[in-house]
Amino acid sequence: MTSANQIRMPAGGASASPAGPREAGRDSARRADNRRKWYEIIGLTTPAVVIYVMFVLVPMGFAVYYSLFRWRGVGPPTEFVGLRNYTLAFQDPIFLDALRNNAIIVFGSLLIQGPIALGVALLLNRRFRGRAVFRLLVFVPYVLAEVTVGIMWKLLLTGDGTVDALLRSLGMGGLVQAWLADLDVVIWTLLAVLTWKYVGFAIILLLAGLSNVPDELTEAAAIDGASWWQIQRHVTIPLLGPTIRIWMFLSMIGSLQIFDMIWVTSVPAVRSLGASATMATYMVDNGFFARLWGYGNAVAVILFVISFVAALLFQRFLLRRDIEGAITGRAK
Amino acid sequence: MTMAVNSVLPPSTGRRQVSWGTPLTYALALAIAAVSIAPVIYVVIGGFRTTPQIVADPAGLPDPFVWDNYARVLTQSNFWQQAFNSAVIALGTTLAVVVLGMAAAFVLARYSFRGREGLYTFFTLGLLFPAGAAILPLYLMLRDLNLVNSYYAVILPQVAFSLPLTIVILRPFLSAIPRELEDAASIDGASRLGFLWRIAMPLSRPALVTVGVLAFVASWNSFLLPLLVLSDVNLHTLPLGVQNFSSQYTTDTAGVLAFTSLAMLPALLFFTLAEKQIVGGLQGAVKG
Repeated sequence: MTSANQIRMPAGGASASPAGPREAGRDSARRADNRRKWYEIIGLTTPAVVIYVMFVLVPMGFAVYYSLFRWRGVGPPTEFVGLRNYTLAFQDPIFLDALRNNAIIVFGSLLIQGPIALGVALLLNRRFRGRAVFRLLVFVPYVLAEVTVGIMWKLLLTGDGTVDALLRSLGMGGLVQAWLADLDVVIWTLLAVLTWKYVGFAIILLLAGLSNVPDELTEAAAIDGASWWQIQRHVTIPLLGPTIRIWMFLSMIGSLQIFDMIWVTSVPAVRSLGASATMATYMVDNGFFARLWGYGNAVAVILFVISFVAALLFQRFLLRRDIEGAITGRAK
Repeated sequence: MTMAVNSVLPPSTGRRQVSWGTPLTYALALAIAAVSIAPVIYVVIGGFRTTPQIVADPAGLPDPFVWDNYARVLTQSNFWQQAFNSAVIALGTTLAVVVLGMAAAFVLARYSFRGREGLYTFFTLGLLFPAGAAILPLYLMLRDLNLVNSYYAVILPQVAFSLPLTIVILRPFLSAIPRELEDAASIDGASRLGFLWRIAMPLSRPALVTVGVLAFVASWNSFLLPLLVLSDVNLHTLPLGVQNFSSQYTTDTAGVLAFTSLAMLPALLFFTLAEKQIVGGLQGAVKG
């Protein structure tokens, strides 16, 4: 069995066997090992593959199938309507509002969180006593469940709540408004709360990226007389490129499927008027609660296609270099 | 504006503490920390007040301190039941993600075979789209499988959603284990599986903890999937509990604050303990 163990998987297809008198014996040992190798490969990967296929890919396929029917979810779908569910969705002003809101959240998150996170990460990357505590505090909102945070902000923001009282006591009473009920304001309120919640995630990623920037580089620049800002601008930030792009990618995908926060903070009436709806809340409202299963699944497919196309474009033009291994399958 | 202020600061020189930059640095750091946690602290303290107190003066301090809200949540609501459900689901998810993810990542990292990169791409595709989009057919499928209103209805899909990221984080870790170690192990009589169990697992502990923590937190916080598949109140998890409680007792602001604080607590404690590990584990992933 030693020989079996010694014959590893051919690295890079070097399978040419050295000619020799005992070649036949080795061959059968090799074949036995090869068989064992395949048993191991199949045994170790099958559970993951099965669960992944069954609970991610198969439902996706069913979504496409169901979306072609008008179906209330009872019995098998029979009333085939083709692409009608899709055209209906794009004719519904509430769905178009949901699309707009998703766009606001995607671009708003990127444009607001990015600069803030970069500033804070550079600050917290400086060496000072107690830095670890500050880092921990900044991540707190990110760790909490979106639902908890949503309820919390709802309490702080509704009906002349704490935020309004605070504004008044600061002499800014003019700013007070129906944060979560005013149809024109609610999406911006939610964007602010989402920023508060998720900027910590951007910071945590950027700090991880910053810790990979070698000290020698910044020290060398400092010795050459570069100012702190020049070092950040010309040495540190360029090296953060990959981290920033990965964060943008994750933020974008997350923003497209945002659900929990919107669901718990906004009154159903406000949501159903489109003021705060997103594609995901629209999908659940219509598909699950109104039991329009065919229609809901069409929305699911639209959400999926938009995310997938956005992800592919992003990956094609920006991300390629960074997660070469992850997406194109060339592990390095 | 943070950056504009930073640009005024004199150069920091390497490792040493920069005393003249410090007061400004501290001021900024304090301001940022305050924005992050002030609302959370407000909620926790608010739980110690009475609703009339809060209505009269939303920004005040407890006067007198009232323990009643917390006591009420812990004794009269389903808090403990929901915390238990959350724990079972989160632990089940984490265990399965770590075991299945490790097994698959090990094969993808240490075996060479035809179709390996195809299989890897197949998993990483899961990163490209939101699994949440498949939630409606997923519900229908779980309903047909008679799994709705069981822990499995939450655990199995969550494991599936978490596998792509888990494999992407674990694979480079496992690939980085030097070939020599594997050779040495095989000379000592270890099989490939023995190598996985006795060498690869212990060596990749940091990455395993990272993926475990990420899976646990994601599961502990998840809302949409439990909302759809757990209609049985006895199976509700904490996020569902928070939502129910707040819509059921809309006038009991203090009670909702107390419930919300208690629901936050486990995640906060857990994260505080694991924070170093998460940042450490992400470093490898970010580097790619």
